[in-house]
Amino acid sequence: MGEQKMLKGDKAVAHAVLSAQPDVVSAYPITPQTGIVEKLSQMKADGDLRGEYLKVDSEFNAASSCIGASGAGARVFSATSSQGLKLMSEPLFTASGMRLPLVLAVANRSLSGPLSIWNDHTDAFAERDGGMLQFFAEDVQEAVDNMLMAYRVAEDPDISLPALANLDGYILTHVKEPVEIPTEEETNEFLPQREPHATLDPKNPKTMGAFARPEHWTETRYAVHEAMLRSKETIGDVVEEFADQFGREYGLEYGGLLQTYGPDDADVAILGLGSIVGTMRDVIAEHPADVKIVKPRVIRPYPAEALREALAGVEAVGVLTKEVSPGHQSTLVSELKSAMYGSGHNPAILGNVLGLAGRDVTKDEISDIVDEVIDAKTSGPAGRFRGEEDWPQLNRDILPDEVTH
Amino acid sequence: MSDTIDPYSDLEISKGAVAEPGTSVVNKTGTWREFMPEIDHDACTGCGLCETFCPDMAAKGVGDRRYEIDYDYCKGCGICAEVCPVDAIEMFPEVK
Ligand code: SF4
Ligand code: SF4
Repeated sequence: MGEQKMLKGDKAVAHAVLSAQPDVVSAYPITPQTGIVEKLSQMKADGDLRGEYLKVDSEFNAASSCIGASGAGARVFSATSSQGLKLMSEPLFTASGMRLPLVLAVANRSLSGPLSIWNDHTDAFAERDGGMLQFFAEDVQEAVDNMLMAYRVAEDPDISLPALANLDGYILTHVKEPVEIPTEEETNEFLPQREPHATLDPKNPKTMGAFARPEHWTETRYAVHEAMLRSKETIGDVVEEFADQFGREYGLEYGGLLQTYGPDDADVAILGLGSIVGTMRDVIAEHPADVKIVKPRVIRPYPAEALREALAGVEAVGVLTKEVSPGHQSTLVSELKSAMYGSGHNPAILGNVLGLAGRDVTKDEISDIVDEVIDAKTSGPAGRFRGEEDWPQLNRDILPDEVTH
Repeated sequence: MSDTIDPYSDLEISKGAVAEPGTSVVNKTGTWREFMPEIDHDACTGCGLCETFCPDMAAKGVGDRRYEIDYDYCKGCGICAEVCPVDAIEMFPEVK
């Protein structure tokens, strides 16, 4: 068994990455991710990390060099946050089209402006349509475990896609928790050597990411879409094998795509992503009514069937979300609506945007949302559809006149 | 180039957009062009700067200090005309 250590989340993730011994680590420091690549840099200096460590001039270069190395057949790693992920975005979309596996730890942080270094999920959701697998972690142990699982799925020859292993900036990167760190031997057993579908080789030249004419582009994009859909099954297998080897279970009954807490037969639920679920768990433990928590572990592939299953007997769902798509609504909310509405089971779905840019989310606030969800359950069709999210933390007093007139 | 066999005519999509080397020759990017460079061969000194700076390898030395534009690939960006030290290249609007 791996070693139990008391570690900060960023250091713990670096240890998990070390156990996978990537051939190339290429990274540029950005808060709150920096601790991850600093630790890996230390590991390289100490001789523990055997792969190359590239000190590059930007996140664009970090992603690009990872793509090049992955094209050469290497196991690669990088980490980023916020604007850094945006700067990686252009090459990352290419990586998915080229079907090159990469694993990035993303210490989630809001995007500028105004500039903020604190946590929300704006950065991850801005990459939603890039063809990248996206995992989310509730605590440091899950962040560690997701690194190994992300590698397994991303490098599966049948999937071959980039993966973002998200962990909430500061809330998880800078908290110390007891975690079990897999040894290199354990990781070797779980994560076989990568078998690339094609490699760059000067003796046998080829073009990667070639130009595609209109009569072919649709097919290449469909192939990415199909691999992403198929990856749901791969994730299920990987999560199961992980549980067998390491003894930690991540939603086996929902194919590893989501987890639920609370009574199975609860008729109201709250849904959240990442570290907020820990606070949600404390709330339902104390709440007098029966409430179920639904925690997606991935947003891409989107776990639509698993969500329908988990919400089968549920009449009202409150979504707690740390992102919004301005001019429409929170993506987590609209995607849940698209999974549910039209399926024959239309629970009330109440979106709540909160925790943006590091604003604390308290147990009282979550408890109020639970009460509102219980009200919606009994309010009949009028409560079924709320077009807009609530912003329970919004302080209207400080808004400019044009917003409040 | 016109006798190049189109390797894309019955292309099956490879995983990850991997292609054989040199396949891009069939993608005649010159069809996108708005402007067309023309070399005045009497003025040209054969310095080769146009070949050096052309981003598409469309300005080419063809021997004996003579330079030609390959209109199958020239995109009409005008860089060659800009760098030519003796203004031997003029850009004309391409009328199709
Ligand atoms: S116009 Fe541009 S593409 Fe065409 S030959 Fe000149 S430099 Fe090359
Ligand atoms: S840059 Fe001008 S002078 Fe030099 S080779 Fe080209 S056309 Fe001739």
